[in-house]
Amino acid sequence: MITIPYLTAVSTYFSYGLLFAFGQLRDYSRLIFDWCSTNNLQGYAPICLAHEDFYIRRLYHRIQDCFNRPISSAPDSWVDVIERRTTKSTRCLNLGSYNYLGFGSFDEYCTPRVIESLKKFSASTCSSRVDAGTTSVHAELEECVANYVGKPAAIVTGMGFATNSAIIPVLIGKGGLIISDSLNHTSIVNGARGSGATIRVFQHNTPAHLERVLKEQIAEGQPRTHRPWKKIIVVVEGIYSMEGEICQLPEIVSVCKKYKAYVYLDEAHSIGAIGKTGRGVCELLGVDTADVDIMMGTFTKSFGSCGGYIAGSKDLIQYLKYHCPAHLYATSISTPSAQQIISAIKVILGEDGSNRGAQKLARIRENSNFFRAELQKMGFEVLGDNDSPVMPIMLYNPAKIPAFSRECLRENVAVVVVGFPATPLLLARARICISASHSREDLIKALKVISKAGDLTGIKYFPAAPKKQEEEKDRIKLD
Amino acid sequence: MFGLLVLFFFSYRFLTFKILVVVKFESQSFASPLLWANDISCSKSTRISSNSLAALCSIHRAKMDTNLVEMFRAGLNWVTMALDAPSARVVLFGVRIQWHIFVEVLLGFVIVILLSQKSYKPPKRPLTEQEIDELCDEWVPEPLIPPITEDMMHEPPVLESAAGPHTTVNGKDVVNFASANYLGLIGHQKLLESCTSALEKYGVGSCGPRGFYGTIDVHLDCETRISKFLSTPDTILYSYGLSTMFSTIPCFCKKGDIIVADEGVHWGIQNGLQLSRSTIVYFKHNDMDSLRSTLEKIMTKNKRSKNLRRYIVAEAVYQNSGQIAPLDEIVKLKEKYKFRVILDESNSFGVLGRSGRGLAEHHGVPIEKIDVVTAAMGHALATEGGFCTGNARIIDYQRLSSSGYVFSASLPPYLASAAITAIDVIDQNPELLVKMKHNIALLWKGLKDIKGMSLASDPESPIVFLKLEKSSGSTKEDLLLLEKMADRALKEDSLLVVSSKKSFLDKCRLPVGIKLLVSAGHSESDLVKVSESLKRLASELLL
Repeated sequence: MITIPYLTAVSTYFSYGLLFAFGQLRDYSRLIFDWCSTNNLQGYAPICLAHEDFYIRRLYHRIQDCFNRPISSAPDSWVDVIERRTTKSTRCLNLGSYNYLGFGSFDEYCTPRVIESLKKFSASTCSSRVDAGTTSVHAELEECVANYVGKPAAIVTGMGFATNSAIIPVLIGKGGLIISDSLNHTSIVNGARGSGATIRVFQHNTPAHLERVLKEQIAEGQPRTHRPWKKIIVVVEGIYSMEGEICQLPEIVSVCKKYKAYVYLDEAHSIGAIGKTGRGVCELLGVDTADVDIMMGTFTKSFGSCGGYIAGSKDLIQYLKYHCPAHLYATSISTPSAQQIISAIKVILGEDGSNRGAQKLARIRENSNFFRAELQKMGFEVLGDNDSPVMPIMLYNPAKIPAFSRECLRENVAVVVVGFPATPLLLARARICISASHSREDLIKALKVISKAGDLTGIKYFPAAPKKQEEEKDRIKLD
Repeated sequence: MFGLLVLFFFSYRFLTFKILVVVKFESQSFASPLLWANDISCSKSTRISSNSLAALCSIHRAKMDTNLVEMFRAGLNWVTMALDAPSARVVLFGVRIQWHIFVEVLLGFVIVILLSQKSYKPPKRPLTEQEIDELCDEWVPEPLIPPITEDMMHEPPVLESAAGPHTTVNGKDVVNFASANYLGLIGHQKLLESCTSALEKYGVGSCGPRGFYGTIDVHLDCETRISKFLSTPDTILYSYGLSTMFSTIPCFCKKGDIIVADEGVHWGIQNGLQLSRSTIVYFKHNDMDSLRSTLEKIMTKNKRSKNLRRYIVAEAVYQNSGQIAPLDEIVKLKEKYKFRVILDESNSFGVLGRSGRGLAEHHGVPIEKIDVVTAAMGHALATEGGFCTGNARIIDYQRLSSSGYVFSASLPPYLASAAITAIDVIDQNPELLVKMKHNIALLWKGLKDIKGMSLASDPESPIVFLKLEKSSGSTKEDLLLLEKMADRALKEDSLLVVSSKKSFLDKCRLPVGIKLLVSAGHSESDLVKVSESLKRLASELLL
């Protein structure tokens, strides 16, 4: 829950209103212009209706240089950001890539093995897993992942987004109920919609509200017929990528056990990044993995590869392998990527013979906590729990989005800014992702630059320490 | 109840008037009945009708002479006297108050009271806490998955080397007809070189979605290369083949739009159609007459709304049956009925056409006529991912609204560089296409007289599909039989072939069979071997 200061809310609304008015003005003048020109698509309805992409044309296109910035090197801690319309690139500190453990670039243990597997198995198998797409590397990968996560078996697909979209319809269909957190990722929403089950939402990270919703729904039954539900699945995420918060898993699991609902945990951002040995939110919060029925995750963030996995009981995985469309119809995950994941897991667990894995895990925890503490001391409004490597800094005002981003880029720091529709309209933010490959000097430089940009744009909403924080009056709660 | 009352009111009004006239006429205790009739109602028509009524009554009177009638008349007389007595001489506002006005006023009151009463609703009693707890306790959910049966335990073959035309399974060398490696680019030297240099420079993953520093220059180069190859204005890259279609379709098709799709499209397209929430009409697989009649029906049924978008969705080479879509006819129909075409060229990109530019070149149709072309790169290009190409407006729109592009990490850079190299190889080596076409022709010749199965795919498609001639009635039985055939082919003859597999989510009802994916890397002996083996197995298992 984020409370927005009253004055800021008013000024943000005013800014959006102004932008909207200017946008409408330009639309009208475009209409007059278009009357003169001819359209060669007579009889066809316009493929994009005028009001559908109003936001894109009139608001997003003004600041589109802050997004989709191309880079010309590996997404490591320092990255070459290409200037648009030229071939020049500038070396910037990378605070935007999901490179939590630093596997995003050439790694001394992983990359030689990946190249070896490339030479042996080639870039792709051109076949689905059931036909001729399962190689020995895939079999090894699934075992490795299952061991790492702490479940009996696992199934791996080539894309994290498609994992959710393809697995949820197999597990639940019409007559079932999906209760998902209000801030869940689009892939979960897509999968839930595609399954045909009824969807209900509970307040973000509030186990008490979840219990209320569960009780109500079980007592009422299916809509209109009031028959009892076939099954109920509660979907939560480990770390929420736009808030940086860690899920309150122990309470949620106890509530679900009480009401006999199944728990589906999406650990896209938390696997490999939190917990003592990087095993995710279950390890951090001390939840037994046998209590979580389905554990899902992706390999893009902490392992520097691509793909997603589902881990569960042996029966569940066997059933999924027989029915999941991503397993039956889609090309299997590329073999070198699979090898990268195996090598990365070996490094994290220390099985490669060095202690780089433990070092990386300790470093990311240290870095995240240090950075967050410093930002809060400077007076920024930073969201997220301790230990989480994702740090959103609130901007609110639409004009501050490009200002902050461009100012940081001028000082050679690459940050990510997010606005509507990924976040609610008023709650635009800049999101920092800390990596284990950032050194202390990098972080200090980043702090200096962010502080300067923050002063220029006026986003230090809290008074800086060591002054005591005064009572905030007239705040509007927005959740 | 209320209606009955109103009916009664008006019928009473009319009846009393009629009765009154008769009674007055009969009793002769007042002045002329005609005058009375005038008093009661002031309209001309009733005067006339009272005249006729009077005439009628005289005739009646002459005829009726029974006891019953006498009694009836006496009763009416009494009623009128009783009702009229108290107010015989009252005049209010210049109108003489008659007895019937009281009855009417009373009826009016009753109507008003009935109207003002609330209709009967059973009282609402929400469940108490205790009842809710009891319900929660006694609810028993279904198990998460149904019990595992024997056929679900089937394990696929595990490869120990690259999935080229020859591969290794369990230490044995096996001829591979199960990889969609149509031009034999798996293991090609140039591809491996470009991948290796990309891996050394960029690492494996791209660590972010396209919007947040996940756009690497290889992605942009790949998009430009594909656009140049197909001569289209712009291209957008997706990181997964299956997600290409189910992200593109919901972008352009929203609730209320109409989509006409072939009934044999694969699961990715079906999922996209479902997510788009538009009205979907299926036409018979690859049947142009069925398509024409469907389009005709739609255009006559729906009046042309200005904002209603209409699409035809088809695949160039159908994954489920190996048929090739007749693009020239589809384009003719599209222009006649003003539909847009979304075409999936996964299995035809790099395969059909003189230089491998796909179905449009194969049929001689300019590519601008197809509105949206998508393809998965996991087939002829021997890499992973997918792309979508079309005019600039369409591609630009997808960069912000396509869920599989915006909310997902981008393609690993080494796969994008593999795609660029693969397209270069196709451009520079047109003899690969010739060899592949030659192989397909040879395989057709070899499988021409197979018993128990028939060739159901197009003679030019790289997917050679053998469907069962006699189905056993249940799809499950057929699938088990085909699986057995494929297993025996692997064990006895060292051949990898594809037997159809169906998920319960797949709505396609086309016949199942064995699929052979022909590659330019297969030699003649391979093709002969597979034809012999399949003929033998078909005669053993199917007859």
